[in-house]
Amino acid sequence: MERLKVNLCGIELDNPVIPASGTFGFGYEFAELYDINILGTFSFKGTTKDARFGNPTPRIAECTSGMINAVGLQNPGVDKVISEELPKLKAVFNKKVMANVSGFSVEDYAYTCEKLDKEEQVGWLEVNVSCPNVHGGGMSFGTNPESAAEVTRAVKAVTKKPVFIKLSPNVTDIVAIAKACEQAGADGISLINTLLGMRIDLKTKRPVIANKMGGFSGPAIFPVALRMVYQVASNVNIPVIGIGGVSSAEDVIEMMLAGATAVQVGAANLVNPFACKEIIENLPAAMDKYRIENLKDIIGGALNG
Amino acid sequence: MKQEIFTIKSNKKIARDVYELILAGNTNEITAPGQFVNIALDGFYLRRPISVCDYESGKLTLIYKVVGKGTEKLAKMTEGETLDILTGLGNGYNTSKSGDKPVLIGGGVGVPPMFNLAKKLISEGKKVTAILGFNTKDEVFYEDEFRASGAETIIVTADGSYGKKGFVTDALPEVDYSFFYTCGPEPMFRALNKVVKTEGQYSFEERMGCGFGACMGCSCKTLTGNKRICKEGPVMESGEIIWKD
Repeated sequence: MERLKVNLCGIELDNPVIPASGTFGFGYEFAELYDINILGTFSFKGTTKDARFGNPTPRIAECTSGMINAVGLQNPGVDKVISEELPKLKAVFNKKVMANVSGFSVEDYAYTCEKLDKEEQVGWLEVNVSCPNVHGGGMSFGTNPESAAEVTRAVKAVTKKPVFIKLSPNVTDIVAIAKACEQAGADGISLINTLLGMRIDLKTKRPVIANKMGGFSGPAIFPVALRMVYQVASNVNIPVIGIGGVSSAEDVIEMMLAGATAVQVGAANLVNPFACKEIIENLPAAMDKYRIENLKDIIGGALNG
Repeated sequence: MKQEIFTIKSNKKIARDVYELILAGNTNEITAPGQFVNIALDGFYLRRPISVCDYESGKLTLIYKVVGKGTEKLAKMTEGETLDILTGLGNGYNTSKSGDKPVLIGGGVGVPPMFNLAKKLISEGKKVTAILGFNTKDEVFYEDEFRASGAETIIVTADGSYGKKGFVTDALPEVDYSFFYTCGPEPMFRALNKVVKTEGQYSFEERMGCGFGACMGCSCKTLTGNKRICKEGPVMESGEIIWKD
């Protein structure tokens, strides 16, 4: 449907709906349920240089209108992602995929991105400088402008594919970090990753999550995400992907009005495996209701108003 | 996995804090005893994973313990109300490994999945012994149902208030068995692992995000590689488990 199409750094998406990294695996669990080619694209499971088991369990805690996870970037490592996961993905998904990358040093990020750059199915690199669940990496790169820019430069030097930097909300000045990434050559900004949170079990009087803290996501964080998308989109001239608590077609429209060119859906996939399918199907009626002809025309519609 | 809407036929207390929930709906996706379902509850963000106690065409029986606000809410639901359920999750037990005289060992809310397993094994012509362990008399449930299924049924309570006094491991030496199947708390598993004389299958529990393999929330390490409790589990072979003590 023409009216849902958006353009993300030169690649046309059939619609702006993108399952977020870590909530969609490498796609094939969901491909058993519906044809995932209806998606705009999806961001695959965060990939690192070496294989990682991640954190001890429990890794999950429930919250009011949301959840906390502390998975800790469990993945088979970039070589196995390329040799085992991507061929399986190719069998069920015929569009370009977004490769989500994390690391523990600037060199790690560049190493992994350089390998994924050679994969034809990878349309964009999404560089996660915002994972709250690992020590000595992830979020530590995304919490100050200089290190975020350093990772951006290192990745841009090894790829010609569009690079999105995925930012953490756990900072005092998200705009300064986004601008530093833009100046370092980023092609776009993805935000937000999860908010650092925790729960305590009243029976045991200990944190629910083995790692004590984790990343809070779900509908509860939508207003925080929307605010940050609005702030960043107001201050950069590169596309923004809006992420955080999106659960409905109306949420997608709201994110786009705040300046998002595309929108990622995360936790919603875990509680309703058909969430993205339903959002895409509901978009035309929601657009009709709010008298929106084409989605691409509303991007940033609420800015400067 | 399928998403199905089920209608509550009955939801009654059968022991202290333990409820039997009988549902009408499509059970075609459930293919083995020991699988589980994941139930959405209004007002709660994550679904509640509950093991399948019994199933037949159009009818699903679950037994759950009230352990928090979600299961408290479930316990208040009544006949005619509907539930959004993901069904047919997890691998389930493999009955082809049982030999001719398997023993089934359930502890507390680990007892329910043993019920359909017992029925399946008996229908395959096997001689089944079930050891069901509880803390105390008022927590005991499904004794009559297990006996009616044809399983030789041994009840043990930790305080001796009903059946044999002690733990499931105290009853096991009396049983002549070819294979074991178990579900229950991990301390029981660790005790069992020290005394079992054959191979067997254990069903594990973990806090889950999705219940269908997407979030990696319930991963564990095994001797045969990393597994997701919800997808490659919850049933693991005795020979692949890495014991923590």
